[in-house]
Amino acid sequence: MTVNINRRHLLGLAGIGAGTLALSACGLSGETAFGSGSTGDTVIIGSADFTESQIIAEIYAAALNKRGLTAETRPAIGAREAYIGALQEGTVGVVPDYSGNLLLYFDAQTKAQTPEEIMKALPSALSDQLSVLDPSPAENKDSLVVTSEVAQKFGLKSIADLAAHSSEITLGGPPEFAERSYGLPGLKKNYGFEPAKFSPINDGGGPLTVQALIDDQVQTADLFSTDPAIVKNNFVVLEDPKNNFLAQQVVPVVNAKQVSVAAADVLNEVSALLKTEDLIALNDRVSGEEKANPTTAAKDWVDQKLT
Amino acid sequence: MNIFDKTWAWFTADGAWTDSGGIFQRLLEHLGYSGLILFFAALIAIPIGLWVGHTGKGENIVVGVTGALRALPTLGLLTLFALWMGLGLTAPVIALVILAISPLLAGVYSGIAAVDPITVDAARAQGMTEWQILTRVELPLAAPLIFGGLRNATLQVIATVTIMAYINLGGLGRYLIDGLAVRDYPRMVAAVVLVAVLALVVDALLALIQRALTSPGTR
Amino acid sequence: MNWLQSNLQHVGELTALHLLQSIIPVIIGTIIAVPIARFAMGRRRDGRSTERTTSAGKLRRGLVINSAALLYTIPSLALFVLMPLVLGTSITSLLNVYVALTLYVIAMMVRSAVDAFDSVSPVTLEAATAMGYRTTRRFWAVELPLAVPVMIAGLRVALVSNISMVSVGAVIGIQSLGTLFTDGLRRDLPAEIITGIVATVLLALVLDRLLALLGSFLTRWRTA
Repeated sequence: MTVNINRRHLLGLAGIGAGTLALSACGLSGETAFGSGSTGDTVIIGSADFTESQIIAEIYAAALNKRGLTAETRPAIGAREAYIGALQEGTVGVVPDYSGNLLLYFDAQTKAQTPEEIMKALPSALSDQLSVLDPSPAENKDSLVVTSEVAQKFGLKSIADLAAHSSEITLGGPPEFAERSYGLPGLKKNYGFEPAKFSPINDGGGPLTVQALIDDQVQTADLFSTDPAIVKNNFVVLEDPKNNFLAQQVVPVVNAKQVSVAAADVLNEVSALLKTEDLIALNDRVSGEEKANPTTAAKDWVDQKLT
Repeated sequence: MNIFDKTWAWFTADGAWTDSGGIFQRLLEHLGYSGLILFFAALIAIPIGLWVGHTGKGENIVVGVTGALRALPTLGLLTLFALWMGLGLTAPVIALVILAISPLLAGVYSGIAAVDPITVDAARAQGMTEWQILTRVELPLAAPLIFGGLRNATLQVIATVTIMAYINLGGLGRYLIDGLAVRDYPRMVAAVVLVAVLALVVDALLALIQRALTSPGTR
Repeated sequence: MNWLQSNLQHVGELTALHLLQSIIPVIIGTIIAVPIARFAMGRRRDGRSTERTTSAGKLRRGLVINSAALLYTIPSLALFVLMPLVLGTSITSLLNVYVALTLYVIAMMVRSAVDAFDSVSPVTLEAATAMGYRTTRRFWAVELPLAVPVMIAGLRVALVSNISMVSVGAVIGIQSLGTLFTDGLRRDLPAEIITGIVATVLLALVLDRLLALLGSFLTRWRTA
């Protein structure tokens, strides 16, 4: 092997050095290039890590864009703890949320039960940087669901009926359900129901949770009331006479600094138009047979409803 | 209280170690999953590695396959298999076995292939059968590299088994995923500490076993 | 296939994001790892190749290599989620992924860079000194170029592992091809997950090939 070191070689190495520096520089500034912080007039819309939240976020974005404002989405940030954090920092400006759970997050001891009481209690409960816009008539609650076989076998109609069979029941739901006040603690407090086992499933009430119910790996699961799978699989939604799951109107929670009055007006306009049936239909388009892209489904809805 | 105090408080809380879902249970689950995964991965990787290393056949395929396996994203395999097979052990175990095969196979194959052909020929000249050559000459000489592969695979598996908690299984990943869901940083820090300590302890044990098993001549 | 056709643009954007998150940590990590590795080697005096044999040299080498290996025991998901705590960054910041993956690259590259410098024959270095090269110039003109082949081999492993690790960021809402995994799971859409897996593997194969080409370009002297 002859080692022939020459100038060209040295230059080549220097070139790589310079190139890497340039690249790493743009890496650090990539932060703003990809709009991680809210800059200028662009409204950044975040969403929780389940599909419906993502669809509503896309609806907000499509509506704002249609009204001549600029909006971007930052989907699937995580559970409430994560996106509320991002809202408070101002890295996102708006997140679609659900009124009851939002209130419980900030005030676990709340006495509010009706949709009106909840909306009245929210503004003072929220942290200083945050506020809520108008609520939508569309509602989507967490709900405990069982298969019709299990309902028959144990004679279940309401969550209260579960208490007698606690030792035979595994409950499936997202990990945070174990600790949220409407989750295991609430079920125990309100109904004396403490499942023998909790099975944490990270699919946002998606196919794994549904399959686990069908396969009887879990006997009851926390599903969203707008989940098309409930009707499709003939699941029974257990009644909740003690209002463990509070009323859950879809409501935009915003960081006031990041959202202009004009943008808030558009979001209020969307909220007024959005109905529970729309949520079910949109969920079905995105997660059902069609597998429509959330962005497409949202845009179609906005084009149809927002004139 | 800063994060360290909070993490300490988490570790020393009543029942943190012995409750159902406590640290002892999660540690055992974590070890159990890891052992199961390494067992199946070894079952596949070792015979193939020995055969290819000994015969020299299919070397290119092995090099290509270990490279491609390394590129497979474990989270993708886990979610895909979970959709196909539902909840339970099968889906994540298969996903992680695929992860573990690559370092194991690379270690076994390169260990055997690196044995000096002159040594092998000398053994053959003495009238050893191919099986004897493999078990009495090549394996002992390849032991350091094989153990290197095993230790690599073990470290990777112990760190990655945490992801099994993404679908409803246990293990130390539970603390990470549950902590993440509610942004409980002390719990997440505790999970990291536990996984790292477990990995280091297991690695040290493997190092001791390696010392005890390898012939003094190859140390 | 239908799913891919109607979501081609989305997949393209995610691939670009994935690419960025894979490459930047590898570059920065390597720039940091090489000096650390060279430091771990100790001074190469003429006549005696390295301090490898002295106890101080051994200790330093062991310390550097083992502390790098320690990083490996931390699950990538854990490193991603703890970054905001350490850096004070936003939960959704790309910086979390950059820094976490850079640490992994350092852990991998320190080891291979040490091996790479080891692979340079002390005789060659002595010859360079005899030809009048001073220490600094000898490093840049002789030692580093000769270490490139082994370094590139290590870099290829680091890059490929990095590409598959980037996808874990999706669990905390950082967009990459991994987003296709978490979204596909929630929407019961295997086609989306398979697209993500195939795209990740293709990305790894292409970048690996490019890196190999870069390696042979940098070491043209081998065939000269």
